[in-house]
Amino acid sequence: MNSTEHRIEYERKELPAGLFKIGLVFFIIGLIVAVVGYFVDPTRSAFNNLIILMFLISVGLGSLFLVALEYIGGAVWSTPFRRITEFFAAVLFILPFFIIPVYFNIHDMFHWTHVEEVLKDKILSGKSAYLNEGFFTIRIVLFFAIWIFFYLILTRNSKKQDTTLDQSLTKKNIKISAIFMPFFGITLTLASIDWIMSLEPHWFSTIFGIYYFSGTILTALAVTTFMVVYLNEKGLLVKGLKRDHYYSLGALLFAFINFWAYIAFSQFLLIYYANLPEETYWFIARTEGSWVFVTILLGVVHFLVPYIGLLSQPSKMNPKRLKFMAVWILCAHLLDMYWLIMPTFSKDGAAFGWMELGYPLLAFGTIILVFYYFAKNKDLIPVGDPKLKRGIDFRL
Amino acid sequence: MDEKVLYSMTGLFDTPDQIIEAAEKVSDKGYTKFDVHTPYPVHGMDGAMKLPPSKLGYAALVFGLSGTLTALTLMYWMSVIDYPNIIGGKPFFALPAFIPIIFEVTVLAASVATVLTMLFVFFKFPNNVHPLHDTDYMKAVSSDKYGISIQSEDPLYDEAEITVLLGELGAYKIEEVYYDNDEVLEKHNIFEPKFIGLLLVLVILTSGTAYFVLNKLMFLPPFNWMANQGKVIPQENHTLFADTKGMRTPVQGTVARGYLPYPYSGQPELAAANLANPLLPTEENLALGKSKFNTFCSPCHGYFAEGDSRLNGKFPNPPSLHSAKLREWTDGRIYHVIVEGQNVMPSYSSQMTREERWATILYIRTLQRSLNAKESDLQ
Ligand code: HEC
Repeated sequence: MNSTEHRIEYERKELPAGLFKIGLVFFIIGLIVAVVGYFVDPTRSAFNNLIILMFLISVGLGSLFLVALEYIGGAVWSTPFRRITEFFAAVLFILPFFIIPVYFNIHDMFHWTHVEEVLKDKILSGKSAYLNEGFFTIRIVLFFAIWIFFYLILTRNSKKQDTTLDQSLTKKNIKISAIFMPFFGITLTLASIDWIMSLEPHWFSTIFGIYYFSGTILTALAVTTFMVVYLNEKGLLVKGLKRDHYYSLGALLFAFINFWAYIAFSQFLLIYYANLPEETYWFIARTEGSWVFVTILLGVVHFLVPYIGLLSQPSKMNPKRLKFMAVWILCAHLLDMYWLIMPTFSKDGAAFGWMELGYPLLAFGTIILVFYYFAKNKDLIPVGDPKLKRGIDFRL
Repeated sequence: MDEKVLYSMTGLFDTPDQIIEAAEKVSDKGYTKFDVHTPYPVHGMDGAMKLPPSKLGYAALVFGLSGTLTALTLMYWMSVIDYPNIIGGKPFFALPAFIPIIFEVTVLAASVATVLTMLFVFFKFPNNVHPLHDTDYMKAVSSDKYGISIQSEDPLYDEAEITVLLGELGAYKIEEVYYDNDEVLEKHNIFEPKFIGLLLVLVILTSGTAYFVLNKLMFLPPFNWMANQGKVIPQENHTLFADTKGMRTPVQGTVARGYLPYPYSGQPELAAANLANPLLPTEENLALGKSKFNTFCSPCHGYFAEGDSRLNGKFPNPPSLHSAKLREWTDGRIYHVIVEGQNVMPSYSSQMTREERWATILYIRTLQRSLNAKESDLQ
C-alpha cells in the first residue's frame, strides 16, 4: 500500500443529464413565479428576491471562502473535490441579476431611503453617513467587483495548473487567499448589514455579520457535500474517495450547525438579557402572532434535526444521510433568510404562499444550471494539483 | 525474576506505510489479539486493525446528559424554589439565562468524566505495569520505529508462522517478549497512604505557593484587589461629592414605595373624625390583630388590655383600655395613638404596617366587649 505505487485513476465523463433537466425545470418554474409575482405584488416579490439573493451569496461567496481556506490551511483532504467548490463559487457571476429587482424596489423595502423621513428621525440622521442611497450603490458595485475579482484569479490559477502542473501556482494562490480573507470578512459583514440588518434601520446587533457568516459557510459546505457524494456515487470523481472524506465533510457540517446555533443563541441571549427596547423589538416582531411558529421552526429545522441527524459517527459517513442532510441544511438556510427578511414585509404574521415556494426553486435551479454550465466537459478534479494524491490517500 | 511467561511476538518497521500494511495483513489473517505501537498517531490505523468504534463516546453522552440535568435542576432549585429573586425583570425560571450555565456544566461533566473513565476503566489506573514496558521493543517504538506485537493469547498464535509472516512484511528484529508474572500481577491500591500523602503534600505546596506569590510577593500598592474599588459604598465617604457623603439624601418630597404620609400629625381630633377602620372583624383580621397586640402592646397594656403590665414597675403603668373613654373613642383616635404615641407611650408606626394597626384595633374592640358586652351580644 505504498502511496507511490498507485496512480490517480480519473477519467473525464459526461455529467448526468438528469442534473441538467431538474435544474432547468426548477429554473423555469421559479422564473415564471418570479415574473408573475413581480406583476402581482412587486414589493412582496422583491422581498422574496432578496431572500434568494442572500441565499445565493452564501452559496457563491461561501464556496470561494472554502477554496481560499483550503489554500491557506494547506488542507489536503479536500483537494480532490476543490474543483466542485470552485464551480459553485461561479454563482457569484449571476448575483448582479438578482440585485436588480431589489434595487428597483429599494424604496418599498428600505425605510432609510426616504430622505424626508430620515431628516425627521434623529437616529436615522445619525446613521445617514453610511445608510444613504449613493454610498449603498457604491458598496453594491464594490462588493461584486471584489468577489468576482478574487474568484477570477483564484480559479484561473487553479485551472492553469491542470495543464502546466506548475507547483508555484499553489503558492501564488495561498498568497491571494490570504489577501482575500480580510476582504471576505469585511464585505460579507457589510453586505449582511446593508441588505438584511438595514431593513430595520433602527435596530442593530453587533454579531450580525458572524450570524450570517455561520449560515453562509454551512450552505457552502452543504452544496459541496451534496455534489461530491452525488457525483462520487455516479463514479464521476476520482477513484479512492471514501468514508474518510465523507466523514470530514459530515464533521464540518456538524461543527457549523453547532456554530450557527451558538451564534444565534448568543445574539438572542444578549438582547434578551439587556432588555433594551431599541434592541428587543426586533425579536418581539419575530415572536408575535404566527411569527413565533417560524421562530420555533427555525430552531428545530436549523439546529435540532441536523444536530441529531449528524450526531453519531456512522451517520457522518453514510452517503444517503449526508445527501439528505445537505439538502435539508440548504432549506434551513433559506428559512433562516426568510426569518431575517420577511417580518419587515408582513408585520402581522408570517406570509407564506406560492411566491415563497417558487422563489427557492429559482435559487436551486440557478445553482444547478450554473454548476452544470461551468462543470460541463471539464475535469471535475484539479488534475494538476500537487496535493491531489495526498488528498486521495487521506485517512482519518 | 524466576518465572518468565511468553507475552507476544514483536516486529519493527521503518515507515508508517509498512505498519499500516502489516496491521491490515495481520488482521486479515484473523489475528485479533495484537497491537500496534507507533511514535505518533498514524492515520487510518483503526481501519487497518479492524478495530470496532470506541465505546468511550457512550460514557461521554451519559455524563454530558447528567451534567445537563444537574445544572438544570440546580438552577431551578436555586432561582425558583430556594431563593427566588427578580433579576433584570426576568421570570424566576429564565431559561435563556440558564442555558450558558447548563452548557458549561454539560461540557465540563462530559470532558472530565470521559477522561476519568478512560483512565480508570480503559487504562486500569492505578495499575501501570504492562508486559511491554522496559523492553527494547518499547524503546524503539517510542522514538522512531513502528512496531507490531501479536500476543500469545491469540488462538492462532504460532511462533513459526508469525515469524514468517512478519518477515514477509519486511519486519526486522522479530523477537519474543517475556514478562515476569509477579510483576505484572502486582496490584496497586489508589488509597495507599504513600500516594494520598504525596497528593496532600502537592496540594499544600501548590496552594501555599500560589497564596504566597499572589498575596505577598506580587501585592504592590497600585495593584489592588477587587475589594478596593473606586465605587461609592454606602455609609462611607467618597470624594465624588462635595460634602463627601457616600449616601445621598433623597430629593425633597420623595416618598418611599408603599409609604403614605400621615396627614393628622398632632391633630388627634381630626384623626378621630376622619379616619375609619378599613378592615372588617373577620377571623383572619382578628387573628392578625391578636398576634400583633400580643407582640407589641401586651408588654405594657397586658394581654387583656387591663393595664396590668409585665414590666414590674420599670415603666409607668398605662391605663386600662376598657375605660368608658376608650370605649367611646373612634378607631381613628386609637389609630392616632399607635401612629404618634401618647406622652410616654412611643409611636409604633415603624414597627407595624397600616393593615396591622387597624387589625390590632379590631382586636382591642373584642377585648373591650369581653368585659363590657353590648345588649346585642347577650342575646
Ligand atoms: C412601652 C409600654 C407601652 C406599649 C408597648 C404600648 N403602650 Fe399604649 N400606653 C402606654 C402608656 C404608659 C400609656 C399612657 C400614656 C399617657 O399617660 O397618656 C398608654 C396609652 C395608650 C392609649 C391611650 C389610653 C388613654 O386612656 O389615654 C392607647 C389607646 C394605647 N396606649 C394603645 C396602645 C396600643 C394599641 C399599643 C400596641 C401597639 C400600645 N398602646 C403599646 C404604654 C404603652
